[in-house]
Amino acid sequence: MNDKKNSINWKDFLGKYTMVIALVVVFFLFVYLTGGRLLFPQNMSNLLLQNGYVLVMACGMLLCILTGGNIDLSVGSVICMVGGVAAVMITNLQMNPFLAIIVGLAMGILAGIWHGYWIGYVRIPPFITTLGGMFIFRGIGRLVLNSKTVAVQNETFLNIFTAYIRIPGLDGDGYMTSPIVVGVIASVIMFLGVVRSRANKKKNGYRQNSAIADFGKTAVICAVLLFYCWKLANYKGISVMLVWVVAICLIYNFITSKTAFGRYFYAVGGNEKATKLSGINTNKVYFLAYANMGLLAGLCGLLCLARIGSVNGSTGTSFEMDAIGSCFIGGASAYGGSGTIPGVIIGALLLGVINMGMSILGIGDSWQYVVKGAVLLVAVIFSVVTKKGKN
Amino acid sequence: MADIILEMKNITKEFPGVKALSDVNLTVERGEIHALIGENGAGKSTLMNVLSGTYPIGTYTGDIYYNGELCQFKTLKDSEAKGIVIIHQELALIPLLTIGENMFLGNEIKNAQGIIDWNRTFHEAETHMAQVGLHESAQTLIKDIGTGKQQLVEIAKALSKEVKLLILDEPTSSLNDEDARMLLDLLISFKKEGLTSIIITHKLNEIIYCADKATIIRDGSTIETLVKGVDEFSEDRIIKGMVGRAMDDRYPDRAHNVSNEVSLEVRNWTVHHPLYEEKIVDDNVSFKAHKGEVVGFSGLQGAGRTELAMSIFGHSYGTGISGELYLHGKKTDLKSPEAAIKAGVAYVTEDRKTNGLILGESIRFNTTLARLDKVCDRGIINTVLETDVAEKMTAEMGTKTPSVLQQIGNLSGGNQQKALLGKWMFTEPDILILDEPTRGIDVGAKYDIYCLINKMVGDGKTVIMISSEMPELLGMCDRIYVMNEGRIVGEFPAAGTTQEMIMGAIIRSSK
Repeated sequence: MNDKKNSINWKDFLGKYTMVIALVVVFFLFVYLTGGRLLFPQNMSNLLLQNGYVLVMACGMLLCILTGGNIDLSVGSVICMVGGVAAVMITNLQMNPFLAIIVGLAMGILAGIWHGYWIGYVRIPPFITTLGGMFIFRGIGRLVLNSKTVAVQNETFLNIFTAYIRIPGLDGDGYMTSPIVVGVIASVIMFLGVVRSRANKKKNGYRQNSAIADFGKTAVICAVLLFYCWKLANYKGISVMLVWVVAICLIYNFITSKTAFGRYFYAVGGNEKATKLSGINTNKVYFLAYANMGLLAGLCGLLCLARIGSVNGSTGTSFEMDAIGSCFIGGASAYGGSGTIPGVIIGALLLGVINMGMSILGIGDSWQYVVKGAVLLVAVIFSVVTKKGKN
Repeated sequence: MADIILEMKNITKEFPGVKALSDVNLTVERGEIHALIGENGAGKSTLMNVLSGTYPIGTYTGDIYYNGELCQFKTLKDSEAKGIVIIHQELALIPLLTIGENMFLGNEIKNAQGIIDWNRTFHEAETHMAQVGLHESAQTLIKDIGTGKQQLVEIAKALSKEVKLLILDEPTSSLNDEDARMLLDLLISFKKEGLTSIIITHKLNEIIYCADKATIIRDGSTIETLVKGVDEFSEDRIIKGMVGRAMDDRYPDRAHNVSNEVSLEVRNWTVHHPLYEEKIVDDNVSFKAHKGEVVGFSGLQGAGRTELAMSIFGHSYGTGISGELYLHGKKTDLKSPEAAIKAGVAYVTEDRKTNGLILGESIRFNTTLARLDKVCDRGIINTVLETDVAEKMTAEMGTKTPSVLQQIGNLSGGNQQKALLGKWMFTEPDILILDEPTRGIDVGAKYDIYCLINKMVGDGKTVIMISSEMPELLGMCDRIYVMNEGRIVGEFPAAGTTQEMIMGAIIRSSK
């Protein structure tokens, strides 16, 4: 009896954490292949910073995909447009960077509302609507940039998005303590959270996971977090951009798992007719998915501008594909209705590790595309086949 | 000795939880028109799907002999190769392709290089079209010809497959009188040339007009076969056979406490089809329901009952909806399902898988979906409270499940139905519209659902029950409205009414 229970748990474990295991395997494979260079503090820091924009976009893309496997192809173009407008305002027109940020985000939302209106209320297929948007916003971006590259050197703007945080007293020349402190505090909070949740479940008499499973999982996450913080401490510390990315991930994880608003996306993707008959305005759900995607694409435009330091007519090209790929690798269903933010994060990191590992090895872009494509396909094939097996 | 073309022996077919056919026997002679009749869900279509190989050998038990030879069809193609062609109720034609392309779809005429020979395709198409009296170009698009002609295309298509045994599932349901009569005459003329037909229809006058024999199926079993010229072959006789089941189904007792207070009244309600806006689905319907009353709606498929219910439930079906709706005596306009739910109206769909449940999600998710605000605090879901209410509804409905976190798609039909009722009871409705609440569930679960309905009206709610099972309506309702072709054609108190009276009201009003 006990034996049987254990074996089922193993199978469930493998099924549930397939992509985590894949990420770990791929990570250590590249650590080995690069002779440990992947673990250099600079590379570890860049792993998240380079892929930060993918994570932010993927959070928005997940909402679109949840509604029924619908994607937004225009994200890269919106990034170009928003980045272009912000760069021109700050550098060419010498305007206040805060104003540029507000205008940039507003343009992102407007682009999203444009898509959301046609998709949600007129029911134009998302693929076509956003394909149109992809051309339109790319064009507008180039018009704004006048087909030139515009750089941004405004300190205020860069500080808001890319500076490294230095806390006087903790961080000084040659030593960074703040990442460690942050890591420890976050770990303590996580452990306390688990303790509280378990106590709450016990009080209400709910079934709960074994203590080993709950605390084990938290311990592993904390260990990874502390390791990463230690790496950051050995490079330049915590970047503001990292704070942005982590905040977005936490917010969207909360929205999708804990709020009524988030649940509507799962409901629409699971069965739109039933959702409609349950008194939910499904048109509005589609609209909000795309309006929100516009907002996050706008934010990404600003993040990219700050990180790269300049923007030109081809900035953001095919960025949307990385976001879409992350969602699907992370277990979102191509038919909608299922997918989680943690899954998407794993998907984005898997792509990021592959990119970075191959770059360190000096393998060219062309091969990176081949490998990325293969990983995406294998991940989705795997999830489809295992689901079939279950039924 | 009669020349038997088809003999189906002891056919039994089960779906998960339901026995659709039980030891059905059917014998068809060569060159006759054989009618298959029975109520909705009696098993007629299932039987024909078994014959045509849509349900392959192995998924049913029993033997099929065709021309004296035992048949083991694995696919539709196998039966078509033998000359058995089935024409389904919903036409299987592709509107944007031509008549010729449709006729040879999946069966294309190719030359030696494997390229479609369009000249021959259209020529042969027109030859067969002439046989059925359809004088159109084979290059006309299907969408440009009317439904009557589309039905002829289906028959021409069958002829192109060298049909020996033609099965027509409600061929005239979407035709007007003239087209229907033409179609039946065509069948009679083909009969003289030796074609055998099996026709499934609800229109008894058509059976009297064209059929040589009529086999009656009831509750998945063959009841009798009437032969023209030997047995009495009249509408009354056939109705008796169709509904003559013994009333041994058990319905839980209920104190009939109907209040005088009218909770729902609908006046002159007219609904148009959402796509074909000129088509009227519900025509000037007026009815009322009282507090504590179970009101039944009887009728055949396509009578407009579901459409009526859904159009009342926040205009969730149809266009050009006109008429007046009164809730507790107050004129109301329910513009969206959301408004209907707020006003205390619940609609429990007949199609729980497509319109009712999100199968991939848990019972908990489904239970609270229509009133998520009740378990939310400023938009944030209180999971503890949500689990509590889901468990409460599960217990009240008697849904059997290991946990409310169970994926709802994994439950049996009866338990899914109970969970669906729980979802709608959670919206705290005064008026429940239950559309085929016991469809596709087993007898025990049916009894449970009847008990729940009794409890609802006992608590002062109003239940409107749409059902195609007449005994169920007679056993459960206080009053029954009969609908046919979008209109209310009869109103009966349940006590003292017989199935013959209801069926008679439908038949007499059929055009």
